This record gives sequence, structure tokens and C-alpha cells, in this order.
Amino acid sequence: MAARLREITPAALASAALVALVLGTLAAVAIRAGGLTGLRATDLAAIRFTLWQAALSALISCVLAIPVARALHRRRFPGRGALISLLGAPFILPVIVAVFGLIAVFGRRGLVNAMLAPLGIEPITIYGAQGVIIAHVFFNLPLATRMILHGWQAIPAERFRLAATLGFGPSEVTRHLERPMLRSVLPGAFLAIFLVCLTSFAVALTLGGGPRATTVELAIYQAFRFDFDMGRAASLALVQVAISVTALLIAARVTMPASFGAGHDRTTRPIPQLAGGAGRTSLDALAIVLAAAFLLAPIGAVFARGLPALPELPAMIWPATLTSLVIALASTLVTLIIALPLALAATRHRWAEIAAMLPMTASALVMGTGAFLIARPFINPTSLALPMVLLTNAALSIPFATRILMPEIRTLQSDYDRLAASLGMRGIARLRLLTLPRLARPLGFSAGLAAAFSMGDLGVITLFSDGQTRTLPLALFQLMGSYRMDQAAGAATLLLSLTFALFWALDRAGHHADSR
Amino acid sequence: MLTLDKLAIEQGDFRLSADLEIETGASVAVIGPSGAGKSTLLSVIAGFLAPSAGRVLWDSAEITGTAPGERPLSILFQDQNLFPHLTLETNLALGLNPKGKIDRAARAQIEGALARVGLEGLGKRKPGQISGGQQSRAGLARALLRARPMLLLDEPFAALGPALKTEMLALVAEIAREQGTTVLMVSHDPEDARVLCPQTVLVAEGKAHPPQDTTALLADPPPVLREYLGEGARPRD
Repeated sequence: MAARLREITPAALASAALVALVLGTLAAVAIRAGGLTGLRATDLAAIRFTLWQAALSALISCVLAIPVARALHRRRFPGRGALISLLGAPFILPVIVAVFGLIAVFGRRGLVNAMLAPLGIEPITIYGAQGVIIAHVFFNLPLATRMILHGWQAIPAERFRLAATLGFGPSEVTRHLERPMLRSVLPGAFLAIFLVCLTSFAVALTLGGGPRATTVELAIYQAFRFDFDMGRAASLALVQVAISVTALLIAARVTMPASFGAGHDRTTRPIPQLAGGAGRTSLDALAIVLAAAFLLAPIGAVFARGLPALPELPAMIWPATLTSLVIALASTLVTLIIALPLALAATRHRWAEIAAMLPMTASALVMGTGAFLIARPFINPTSLALPMVLLTNAALSIPFATRILMPEIRTLQSDYDRLAASLGMRGIARLRLLTLPRLARPLGFSAGLAAAFSMGDLGVITLFSDGQTRTLPLALFQLMGSYRMDQAAGAATLLLSLTFALFWALDRAGHHADSR
Repeated sequence: MLTLDKLAIEQGDFRLSADLEIETGASVAVIGPSGAGKSTLLSVIAGFLAPSAGRVLWDSAEITGTAPGERPLSILFQDQNLFPHLTLETNLALGLNPKGKIDRAARAQIEGALARVGLEGLGKRKPGQISGGQQSRAGLARALLRARPMLLLDEPFAALGPALKTEMLALVAEIAREQGTTVLMVSHDPEDARVLCPQTVLVAEGKAHPPQDTTALLADPPPVLREYLGEGARPRD
């Protein structure tokens, strides 16, 4: 009994810390709110916008992803593997960098308008509702493509061979093989994207705003920062949690496809007969080229404009960079310290998995608001800015890290639990000799994701910042706000490079430490 | 002496009872049809699975609730007997203490054990760098270091070729004789039982029977065993 208790103590402590952070801050908000009477008409508009922009973003991402995934599945071309890997990049791309890139491409003086102007077409604008949706599609089209491509690859190769022997053409393949697959994959993909877009803050902060393009998260920030209306911020925070929980409960009834991980790619070659003639080939080529351009152009624009500007970065960038790096590494450490015991316990105890998924119901802004309300009577809340950024970043990474670790832990336990028990290995010795070495790869990957998330995060810091304390994303946001675009491009390049470098280094370190 | 006192094991629909004694220093085969519960019986003795009733005793001391690592036994499984990411030296050191510490005395012991099973000088290798037969020997060397009074073998040599398997069984017999170890060996092959184990526990139809003379049992197997063994059950002279 004592041994059992000792075994689950770390997980119980980790759960308690998460519950305190997520539910404690929520409780502070709830007590403060005292009913939902504080909502205004603009807040109701924010709720409506949050729901429909998330639905539309998810719908567009899924619909556009189908031809891209199909083309990637049935064509082979040089750079295909690299393109599939690249589809994972937006997952760790800092939002504010992507926004900068999208403005460079779709903005008033961007590439697209430069091409449209000679044709006499009115310039398009990246700001407002359409901008929010374009940015969400930019982030989630690759995600949807990967999920759907995964579905395609999960169709057994024998089935395609059977289709070929039955003399199927492309349209029969669509009817008998592809449509059933899409019917099972698309609802999960749609919901996954819908969920992500519900808590969108940085995109709405930079591209949205105003009565027509304010999300609930952004409304919390505005109530908090500009109106100093804590009661309304609290009410909105509860609305946000209610929306997220409802969506999560619906999502729990639909099987969610794997949304990240190395691009699984089987080597079976497509069967030419099923792929169709020149017409379909050129349509596939078009889908791939357009998707690649949509993905690469904004990132390319950041580098093109930012690299020459690197030497002219203002001095305030450097302390901000240091702050961001320290927070990213500390937040990664916290993520692993909480996620590892939870994941180890979660394969046997359902409560540990539920605790690990708890942050998915919270949003960074809600946690930030709660922490502010708790701290205010005692200390100056702005002194909490950086610790809160660190903690919320870690909290938001914990569900991902736990999901990445759990399958590997199941393998570990089924392979070596008995051997370790028969040798009496436990505690630190077991962690050092068995758990850490066997989990080096997923730990490295989780650490890479956690560090990249934290490095690029622009959330709670906006709530607390006094204008002096800043992270690199906040510094970039301020540069953009004051229209110092060359310097902003330099800062975006720096942020992008550091984020990818952190991810790459930690992921590599995991591979390197894996001594099997 | 190992005593299984009115032991009852339940796993879903599966049921197994055992009420038997095994003499100290005996070598006992555990045979029976697939799915009869041979490995399950070993799991309960080793402490991976709790019985639903009854007691396990070693020399009249009850060990039913003792943690696996503290029981007076070592066990070798079908596979995964070594940690693939650790060197043989560290794998063997875990037999001396569960923290895997290696001081000078431990190093000498480990080298001795490796030499005893014919793996001199391979301490710095990892399991993936040696052959399957050598991995079995390393597992046995760790059991040697643990020097527990009982050795449970859950078909650890099943994947080896016939010649290697005979060699390993001979090595087990030799070591068991030297250390006075009580051996309990699950096997699919009646020949293994004949070679190594004068006595056999038959596990069939929900019951682990008390040990009986192996030669006599195989010469005149009861119907359930005859069906499982097939024609090969006839005694060879």
C-alpha cells in the first residue's frame, strides 16, 4: 500500500499544481464575476464572431486540404518529403511572425495587391474578419492536410491494388475508397481546428479588433486593459471556458486524428491507372504549387525583408530576446516536470490523464486574468508578469507533451515493467536507468514543442506588461504597432530563427540521448 | 521449500488453482496445454499478479504480498531480459543492487559472473551487439549474481536453436547444482523437462497438479496431456 502511494505521489502533486493553476484562477474569476450581467452588446458580438470565425476557418482549412492531401498522396516529385515535413512547421511558428509575413504578402503594400493593381482590381485588405480567417487557414491548412494525408495513407495498399484489378478509374476510387475515409477523418479534423481557433488571441489582436472582428479572448484583454472592468473581464472569461468545454465535450465523442508527429510516409508507390490522366495531374500540380506558395511566401517574405535589417535592430530587442529564451527554457522544464509524472500515471489512472488535459479547457487570458485578481490585493500584479507567462506557457504545452509521451510509456511499461519490478528498481534509480533513457526521443520532441510554443507566445504578457517588461514577441508587436516595419522584419527573423533553432536543438538532443 | 497453499487465481473468465509443495533444490518442469496458465502461475509466484485467495510461502515464511524484487527468486522471461540501452555490465550490476552502482568489488563480481557463462570481456557491449544465445547467457549471469534460492524460467530459451538451447539448459543445471537453486521451468517441449527436470508440475484444466516424476508422467500421460503432446509423447528409448 505504501509502495502504491509512493508510486502515484509525483502524479498527484503534478495534478494538484495544474488544478490550482487552471481551476484556482477560474474560481477567482468566477467569484469576481458575480453573474453574467456585465455583458454588453459588443460582447455578444464577440461571442458570435468567435464561433463563426472558428467554424469558417475550420471549414475552409478542411475543404482546401482535401485536394492538397490527395495530390500529395498520389504524386511523387522531388521535394515531396520536404514539403510534408514543412507542413509541420506552422505548428511551432510564432503567431506574430506569421502575421507579419501575411501582412507582407496580403497587406496593402503586399505582393498580392502589387499583382492585382495592374489588372485594375481593388486592393484587398488583410485586416478585419477576413484577415483573421486567412491567418487561421494559414496555420491550420497544413494541420488539416497532414491529418487527411494520414487518412489516405491508412487505406491499405491492398485495397488500391484491388481497385486496380477491378478496373476502377479515379472516380470509382473516390466513391469506394476515398469518400468513406474522408467521412471518418474530416469531422475530427474540423473539430480540432475549430477548437484551436476558439481561443485565438494573438491573431485577433493583430489583424482583428473593432466591432466586427473581436474574439472573446480579445474582448477579455480589452475589458481588462482598456476599460479596467474586472467584472466584465471575469464574465467573458467564464463565457470562454464554457465555449471551450462544450466544444471539447463534443470533440470527445468524435475520434480525433493524430494532429502532429513526424510525417508518417509509407513507401508504397501510387498506381498510375488510379491517378488519372493529364487533366488530373495538372490539377494536382496546381494544388501543390498553390499550397506551397501560400505556406512559403509569408515565411520567405519575413526572411527577405528581415535578414538585411538584422544589424539595425533596436537595443531593446536584446533584453527581450534574453527574457524570452529564459522563459522558454524554464517553461520547458516545468512542462516536462509536470507532464512526465502525469503521463507515467495516466496509462493506469484515468484521473491523471484528465488532469493533464485540463489546460485545454483554460485559455491563457483566463488564467492570466485569474492570477491578476488573486495577486492584486497582495502585490503589484505586474511583478507577476514573467512568472505568469512562464506558467501559462507550460500549462498550455502539458496536454501536448502528455499525448506525445503516453504511447511510448505504454510500450515501455509492457516491455520492461516486470523486469524492473523483479530487480526491485524504483524511484530515482528507475528514472535514471530506465525511464529517462527509454523516453529520450519523445521527451526531446515534447521539449522542442514546449520551448517553441513559449518562445513564440504572445498572450498573457500583453495583459500584464507595463511597457518595460517585454518578451521578444511583444517587442515585435510593439515595433509593428509603431510602423517601424524594417526593424519589425528583423525582429521577426530573429524570433523565427530562434524558435526553430530551439525546437531543432531539443528534438536533436532527444535523438542523441537515445542510446538504443 | 516453496509452498502454494490453496492458491486461487482469477483473471476474467480464467481460473487456476494450485495447492502444492516444491522441495528446496528441486528442478521442476511446468508443462501443459497453451493457455492453461503456466506463465500465469509463475507470475503469481514472482509477485506480478496477486492471487484472489491462498498463500505463497518460502520456507514457511509468507511472501504473498512481498514486492517482486524482494522475493527469494530470480526470473527469466521469454524476452526483454536485458535493458537494451544499458551495457551488459550495468545490466548485471542491477542484479547486485537495484541502483546499478558499480564499485570495485561489484566490478570483480560482474566479471566473474560473465566469465562463468562464457562472456569474458563483453561487459562494455550492449545487448544489441551480441547474439541471442549470448543475451540468454547474460540474463543467466545476472541471476547468478542475484544468488536467490529460486530461479523461475518462463521459456527464456524458446527462441534459440536446438543446439544452443541444450547448451543453455546444461548451463542452468550446472549453476543450479552449484548454488543449490530451486528451479521452476515453463516449457513447451517435453524434451526440456526430460533433460533438466526430474519432476514435473502439470498445469491443465484449471489446476496446477503437485509435482510428479517426469519420466513416469511422460511415459503414461493423462488424456489432456496426451492430446497436447501428440505422438511425440511416446517415451523414446
